[in-house]
Amino acid sequence: MNGISPRRIGALALRYLYLLRSSRIRIIELAYWPTVQMILWGFITRYLAGHSDVLNQATGLLLSGVLLWDILFRSQLGLSVVFFEELHARNLAQLLISPLQPIELIIALMAISLVRTVLGVGIAVLLAIPFYGFNLFSLGLPLAGFFLNLLLMGWAIGLLVSALVLRYGMGAESIAWAAIFALAPLCGIYYPIATLPGWLQPLAWALPASYVFEGMRAVLLDHAFRLDDLLHALLLNAGYLGLGIGVFLATVHTARERGSLLQSGE
Amino acid sequence: MTESLVIQVTDLSKHYGPVRAVDEITFAVARGTTCALLGGNGAGKTTTIAMLLGLLLPTGGRIRILGEDMPRHRQRVLPRMNFSSPYVDLPQRLTVAENLTVYARLYGVRRVRERLATLGRDLDIDAFFNRPYGSLSAGQKTRVALAKALLNAPEILLLDEPTASLDPDTADRMRGILTDYQRRSGATLLLASHNMSEVERLCDQVIMLRAGRIVATGAPRELIHRYGRKDMEEVFLDIARGIQSGEVVA
Repeated sequence: MNGISPRRIGALALRYLYLLRSSRIRIIELAYWPTVQMILWGFITRYLAGHSDVLNQATGLLLSGVLLWDILFRSQLGLSVVFFEELHARNLAQLLISPLQPIELIIALMAISLVRTVLGVGIAVLLAIPFYGFNLFSLGLPLAGFFLNLLLMGWAIGLLVSALVLRYGMGAESIAWAAIFALAPLCGIYYPIATLPGWLQPLAWALPASYVFEGMRAVLLDHAFRLDDLLHALLLNAGYLGLGIGVFLATVHTARERGSLLQSGE
Repeated sequence: MTESLVIQVTDLSKHYGPVRAVDEITFAVARGTTCALLGGNGAGKTTTIAMLLGLLLPTGGRIRILGEDMPRHRQRVLPRMNFSSPYVDLPQRLTVAENLTVYARLYGVRRVRERLATLGRDLDIDAFFNRPYGSLSAGQKTRVALAKALLNAPEILLLDEPTASLDPDTADRMRGILTDYQRRSGATLLLASHNMSEVERLCDQVIMLRAGRIVATGAPRELIHRYGRKDMEEVFLDIARGIQSGEVVA
């Protein structure tokens, strides 16, 4: 077993930063959707605040939900879309004949996903302060736990989606956009998990994000921090991330057997 | 003697279901020599190179490169070898300098700027260092791909059709660069090519493949003599069409 090299991970992360820097449109695009979502839900919150007891108690409920959701969405997309870049550029074979190990590729993808998520969601978070007087950082220290859990879950899904595309080709690319939205109704972004039908709730509780959004409501409505929920989410994330990494590495191995790495591309 | 053999392939096979892309081939390449893998389309050249690079897992057989087992010790071998092919791209949006910087760091090259400057000069690519790779002509791309392949001063350089898509002048310069690099570094070159005059000029040894099997090996002059032909082009046609050495064709 060879050691993981920070130098090689840094080299690949540099490649992704060069890519990001090469197009201003890409940087604007990173922040565009989170900002549009924030603006939309900010107005909805304003409108509903006068009609809802719950929103009167905590006006940041919907905005917190949408911004935290974007952390999950952007971290998944930030990983899988950057991996697709390698396939589009027909660069994956070049990388895999270099001393770079597949696990180092995964770590570099995670690193750039973190950068893209912080850039994209960070701008929307900062704009929410002058727009609606809402500061996501008012969630306090629990926000760090929420952020970490959503990031890890996004990476796990991103790796599974990337593995699917590596296995089945770029035709499966749309799954990157669709996969996470399939989970959105189950995560309780805007409503408690108890709202879901009884038979669906066990499924919701199998998702780390559900604990994050419940935890967010607990902080905003009850001013309580549920550490056990956070740890539960971390435990689930450890499993899902392990699964994501395992499936991705197994898919690279299968691609070496099938000879699909030389043909990978559009 | 075995120490001088930097590539040792024994009974190497790659099967895709019933298709035998490479079928129990055995060959060795000595240090500091240039060897050509020849054969028509689908003969198994690229498949063999992909297995040597660890990009493709063999169905059977053994590969030893620089004394190490491939693909098991891939991580020990890959920093000491490199590969160039016009059919494997570099990221289009990154500039030439950015691409080379990334790969230099991946290969652990020290003094990256100096190395890039040297390669830029040697391969005459420094004029477009700051242009996106995707905006280059085919010939320029091939030279950049070769620069990438020389970044780590590889002991073994694998080349898949190194002069495909190049005009005769650029192709000739490329061959000169490769010869010069080999003379200075003592590197071993293994190339797949359809250009027989290139093979005659560059190679010490030729391995001819047909339908995944080795059908002839030897030095170019030796093969020309054995087949009673005037050049490698004619030898290639004989072998590709299944004509045995010494066989008289009407």
